[in-house]
This record gives sequence, structure tokens and C-alpha cells, in this order.
Amino acid sequence: MDISSFLFQPSVFLIWTSLVKTLFILFGAILPLVSLAVFAERKVSAFIQDRVGPNRVGAPTSLVGFKKDYSLWGLGQMVADPIKLLLKENFIPKSVNKFYYYIAPKLTMIPPLLVLAVIPFGSSFLGVPMVIANVDIGILFVFAVSSLGVYGIVLAGWASNSKYPFLGGIRSSSQMISYELALGLSVVPIFLICGTLNLSQIVDWQVKNGWLIAPFAVGGGSLSLVQRVLLWIPMVISFVIFLVSMFAETNRTPFDLPEAEQELIGGYHTEYSSMGFALFFLGEYAAMIAGSGVIVTLFFGGWSLPFIPDGSSHWLFGLTNIPDWLPGVVWGFVNINVFFAKVSLFIFFFIWVRWTVPRFRYDQLMKLGWIYFFEIALANIFLAALVLVYIK
Amino acid sequence: MSLFLFWVFAAMMLAFGAGVVLLRNPVSSAMCLVMSFLGLASLFFTLDAYFIGIIQILVYAGAVMVLFLFIIMLLDLKAERARKFNIPAMAGGIAVLAGFVGILYKVLASNAEYLHAKPAFTVPFTSDVKAVGAALFTQFNLPFQIIGVLLLVATIGVVVLSKKELK
Repeated sequence: MDISSFLFQPSVFLIWTSLVKTLFILFGAILPLVSLAVFAERKVSAFIQDRVGPNRVGAPTSLVGFKKDYSLWGLGQMVADPIKLLLKENFIPKSVNKFYYYIAPKLTMIPPLLVLAVIPFGSSFLGVPMVIANVDIGILFVFAVSSLGVYGIVLAGWASNSKYPFLGGIRSSSQMISYELALGLSVVPIFLICGTLNLSQIVDWQVKNGWLIAPFAVGGGSLSLVQRVLLWIPMVISFVIFLVSMFAETNRTPFDLPEAEQELIGGYHTEYSSMGFALFFLGEYAAMIAGSGVIVTLFFGGWSLPFIPDGSSHWLFGLTNIPDWLPGVVWGFVNINVFFAKVSLFIFFFIWVRWTVPRFRYDQLMKLGWIYFFEIALANIFLAALVLVYIK
Repeated sequence: MSLFLFWVFAAMMLAFGAGVVLLRNPVSSAMCLVMSFLGLASLFFTLDAYFIGIIQILVYAGAVMVLFLFIIMLLDLKAERARKFNIPAMAGGIAVLAGFVGILYKVLASNAEYLHAKPAFTVPFTSDVKAVGAALFTQFNLPFQIIGVLLLVATIGVVVLSKKELK
């Protein structure tokens, strides 16, 4: 058997395409996005606080014989920050529980990366769907895996054997438990409307019927304008609850109590240095990216933009003398970029909120989660069901 | 492949299950229970029962065990670690285990049919989420509603009990 027929056996083809997609997501998308997000965090915070921010580290061209260095608006900071963390001494306090101290940063980093496996980040590329695992339980997988992320933080707090990390771990676990319920319930109306849990099919539904955040504005489909506006009401409630709960789940300000600097020094990662700290950092930003990906997929049409065809299209500005596969490749590429552009916008939003809104008090956080969001999300399910009964 | 995965996940489940009982540190026991749940969920996945498997992770590993860990961390662990082995309790435990294994052996040996696992889905495979939902709301609707009422009663009970001290 020659190599090409071996590569195109269905099971072998599935394995190596999945592997390529996984490598692309990890090293082509997430790691660059994380370091870009850290850089953006510093730049945007500087802009909001009327400072300059990092603007020196760029291309050190004078080292290789040029007259001048180019600062490139400080973009070199993206590389300098990880290198600095990597080269620092990894100091391990004497009183920690070694096993859990080592394993905790990994446990924080892995779940957000796993979540990305089920998010469709593009339409298709030469007939290969741009999602690593197209599973029917889609969004439930996202919730289940991201709920495991709390173990890393709790264990880090406990294993550090010191009071501030411990308080951070305790806060984190109670916070995540409170907001998971609202998070899960707020997306139930989407399942009712789309009739599926599969994220790819939810995106397909939005391509046909309009984005769920604004079903009246974009797209065609079989629904009339009045029906779309009615559908819009439960969707906006869902979106607000989901977005705010996502901030709480990813420990971002205004809900960053587990690592509140003014109260807990650094919270659960106080006792960590060097790569251990960097992995927590990576985990937090990867969770932010995965969360943005989920929001984009559920409410903002995923990889789709109105009037832009997907990877199965044969149309390229009416050109005729082109190979048959070319339009699909071009639009597949555009779709992937559209998805990551939307995700980047959300990351900017996360950063914007962090440097604008002050931190909640702990009892306010608990009250918001249990007394308001949980009940509103529950009522919203009935509202969505009523609207659907009226429409159908 | 699926048989190989079955052995891997079954071994994972059993090894971590034994860890829950044998380890002296309560936090380690709790983490072993989490790993055991993940092994069980993986076994459900190999049976194509994705929904049950993911609910296993979501409810037990993601929510219940986090609360367990939360409580354990607030306890004084040194007292637990210093405790001696309780010989009568261990003997009792071993007797119960032996009895269970004996019954299991008797049942499995009584009918050769039991030795082969039945497929998880006999109907043409569509989506197990829909299959579970359809079964709950048609065939088993009454038990499902009764469980719903039971859970509601438990929830109200918790609210009443926790409000009592505030008055």
C-alpha cells in the first residue's frame, strides 16, 4: 500500500487531520493569542490610565550591526515576558505539599485547552470540518471540562500551606460553584431554539436564521420579523447572564476575588514563582480565550459573517478560470480569521471591563449569583419556551 | 481498540477507587474519587453513552466533589492522619466485600448470557441526548416527576434549616 492511499483511509485520515488541527490550535492560535492578550492587557490598561505602557522592547537590530533599534510599539514584550518567567528561579517554599503544589498549575491550564477541542473555529478546509471533536454533547462538554478547572486553584491554595493562598482557594471554589449553575441554565434557551447541543449545528442554525444575539438583524430563514424580535428577548437575557457568569468563572475583574491583590497578595498563586506562576497566567488567559470562543460560537454566529460564504462555496467574485478547490480554501481561511477576530474583540472587552469596573465585595458576588442570576436564568427558560410555543 | 480502552479505564477507575479507601490524607482520597469518576465517565463514553458520561463529570467531578474538597480543606487534617487502623471495622468491611463478590460470582455464573455486555443502544443511533430525553418524558415520566418533587422538598428543607439560625 502506498503512502497516499494509507493517509486517506477514513480512520487514519481522521487521526492525522485532528492532530494537525490540534497543533494549529495550540501553537498557532492559543499560545500567540495568550502572549498577545498579556501585551494588550498592559497596553490597554496603560491607555485607560493615561500612561504609555511597554514601548521599548522591539527588534534589537543594533546587535546584528544595524545603526538603530526599532521599538515596534513595544511588541517585543510579547516574547520578553514569557522568557523572563521561564528563566526565573523556581523557588519552592519548604512547607508546601510537594505533589499537589507541582500538579496544581497544570490542572489549571489543561481544562481551558481541552474546551477548545469542541469549538468550531472555522467552516471547512478542503472538506475537513474545522473543529477538532465534533461531539453531540458539545456545550455540556465545555461546562463539564471547565468545571474541572477549579481543582487546580483550590489545590494550589491548599498545597501552598499559607493563609492568603488558602483564602484564595476557598473563595475560588465557592465562587465557581455559585456561577456554574447560572452559566449552565442561561444557555438552555439556546438548546430549546436550536434543538441541539452540538456547537457546529448551533453555528449552522445561526448561519441560516441569524445570530442569536440579534436574530432580527442578520440572516434570513423561515421566521418572520415579529417572531425574531420575540426570540430576541430571552436571548438578550441569556447573553447578559452568560457573559457576567463567564467573568466570574474565569476569575476576571470585577469578580477576581480569588486573587485580589489588595486583600490576598496574589491569592492562590502567592507561593508560586517562575513557570508555576506562568502556567497559572497561561491558564487564566487560555480560559479567557476559550470563554470568548464559547460566547462567539453561541451568540455571535461563530465563524460566520453575513454575506461571506463558507468553505464549501464554489464562488470567488465570479472568476471562472480558477481551480475548483480554490474558492473553498479562500473562504475557509477567511472564516477562520473571522472567528479569531471575533474572539480578539471579546478579549479586548474582557480587558476593557477589567480596567474600568471596580471589584465586587464578596457578599455582593454571592448575592448576584444565587439570588439574581440563578432565578432570572430559570425564569428565562420558561420565557423562551413560551415564545417558542407561540412561534411554532 | 475499544476493548483496550475498556481495560485502561476500568483499571484507572479501580486503582483510584482503592486509593480513596487506602490513602490517609483526606484531600488525596477526594482527588482519587474525582479520578475514579473520570474513569467511570470514560467507560460510558466507550459505550457511546456520551450524555450520561458527561453528566457524570459535570455533576459529580465538577460540582459535588468540589464541595467535598471545600469541606475537607476546612477540617483539621492532622487528627485524621493520626488515627490508628480500626481492626474490627476493617474485618467488617472485608466481610461485606467478600459477600458482595460472592453474590456477583453466583449471579454471573448462573447464566452464560450475563457474561457478554449488551450494547448501550439497541435503537438506530441518532443522538443519545434525545434518547435519554425521550425515555425520561415518555416511558418513565411518572418516576421522573416524583424525583423532581423529592428534590424540591430537599431543596426547601435545606433553605428552612439554614434560615433557622438567622432568626
